[in-house]
Amino acid sequence: MKEKAKILDAEALGRTLKRMAHEIIEHNKGTQDLVIVGVRTRGAHLAQRLAGLIAEISGAAPPVGILDITLYRDDLSSIAQQPVVHKTEINFDIEDKKVVLVDDVLYTGRTVRAALDEIIDFGRPQFIQLAVLVDRGHRELPIRADYVGKNIPTSTKETVEVRLAESEGIDEVVVLEKA
Amino acid sequence: MKTKSAWTRKDLLDLESLTREELELVLATADSFKEVIGRTVKKVPTLRGKTIVNLFYEPSTRTRISFEVAAKRLSADVINIATEASSVRKGETLIDTGRNIEALKVDIVVVRHNCSGAAAILARHLRASVINAGDGWHEHPTQALLDMFTLKEKLGRLEGIRVSIVGDIAHSRVARSNIWGLTKMGAAVTVCAPPLLVPPAIERTGVRVTHSIDEALAGADAINVLRMQFERDTGDAFPQQLEYFKTYGITRERLEKAKKDILVMHPGPINRGIEMASDVADGPNSVILEQVTNGIAVRMAVLFLVAQANEYIHNKSEPKK
Repeated sequence: MKEKAKILDAEALGRTLKRMAHEIIEHNKGTQDLVIVGVRTRGAHLAQRLAGLIAEISGAAPPVGILDITLYRDDLSSIAQQPVVHKTEINFDIEDKKVVLVDDVLYTGRTVRAALDEIIDFGRPQFIQLAVLVDRGHRELPIRADYVGKNIPTSTKETVEVRLAESEGIDEVVVLEKA
Repeated sequence: MKTKSAWTRKDLLDLESLTREELELVLATADSFKEVIGRTVKKVPTLRGKTIVNLFYEPSTRTRISFEVAAKRLSADVINIATEASSVRKGETLIDTGRNIEALKVDIVVVRHNCSGAAAILARHLRASVINAGDGWHEHPTQALLDMFTLKEKLGRLEGIRVSIVGDIAHSRVARSNIWGLTKMGAAVTVCAPPLLVPPAIERTGVRVTHSIDEALAGADAINVLRMQFERDTGDAFPQQLEYFKTYGITRERLEKAKKDILVMHPGPINRGIEMASDVADGPNSVILEQVTNGIAVRMAVLFLVAQANEYIHNKSEPKK
């Protein structure tokens, strides 16, 4: 894999998240009943950051949950490639809440499908909205995001990699191409 | 973080052949499943569409039910076969029974058998995954894994802890699996039994042997008390029940001389008043019922890991995003 283009640097990524935080507050008319749930691993980091930004803007910090969707995937064989199954941590009642689901890259939509199923096993929220840092297209399911950081048209030969300070030590979004 | 899953085995037959990394992976995976069984909806769709057969050639209640609950929490379908009520009584061999089960398109066979090595034989002949739920005097890997999980949960680690196993070591597959597993994880293991119930050369596995219960209790972080399996007595090796209780039974008086927070474990079913006094089994040091709960999480982890490895071995499909 070779790096083809840098889409967002640290500064642009920060601005993007701030805009998304504003949009979430605007769209939901405040933070009443709002909860943020991130998909492990990078979606969870982004959820923490969005919750922090929402708190800065509105003064109220929404609860943050972490979802590990491994057990809800539709492809048992390819998760053999995955690291250890981690815990889902939703330590609050999601019944009747406004859930904002957060992930780093929206691609086929299968991860989101799994995440929706898992959230619903925890209770019946008012609604679930989807926030992604990058939408790269190529959906295989009828799923769309409510908040998009950046639309990046890609070919299937390319990969979009979101790198975050929490996990990779740097904030950036790059497009990689199979050499 | 982005380490590859270290589990590539189709079957779980013993702990002797597992590496420390594999043991750690099972325990870490079980920890995540423990969160699942604490939810309101205690079920995940992971093994939906898979069929699991519990093939039990020996009577068992808790192990079979534990596997059944674990399978159901993973959304698999479960069939229980107790051999007293099957064609095994008409003379069918183990391998034939296994092949017939496989012809029913079963994905995982959980087998308990009174012959050591039965699970391994079945695993060699089947494409389905095989999990050993106890074979003769050989091993009972999931029991040892749940014991280790409970120890790790309570003590925070396995490295360097001191565990004493008391009871019929010679005939116990639970003891053998625990010895393999615990010594690999760096725990110091002591076995304690009447001389005739200690297998020869057991020291070679790295355990300390004592015939004194007070010595086994002194300084131990946990004591794992085995059931005296009087039904397995083939000769004169077994002491009288009352005499065993007097010499080896875990009583409150004996426990008072041990570490204050020593964990008291038992794989069940307990013979109260033979290997353990009632007030110890129900006392504050006892984690016996927590072992039962942890057994579900551990067995979910094992079912999940072998199913995933089996699928991978047979499909070798490219990972998808």
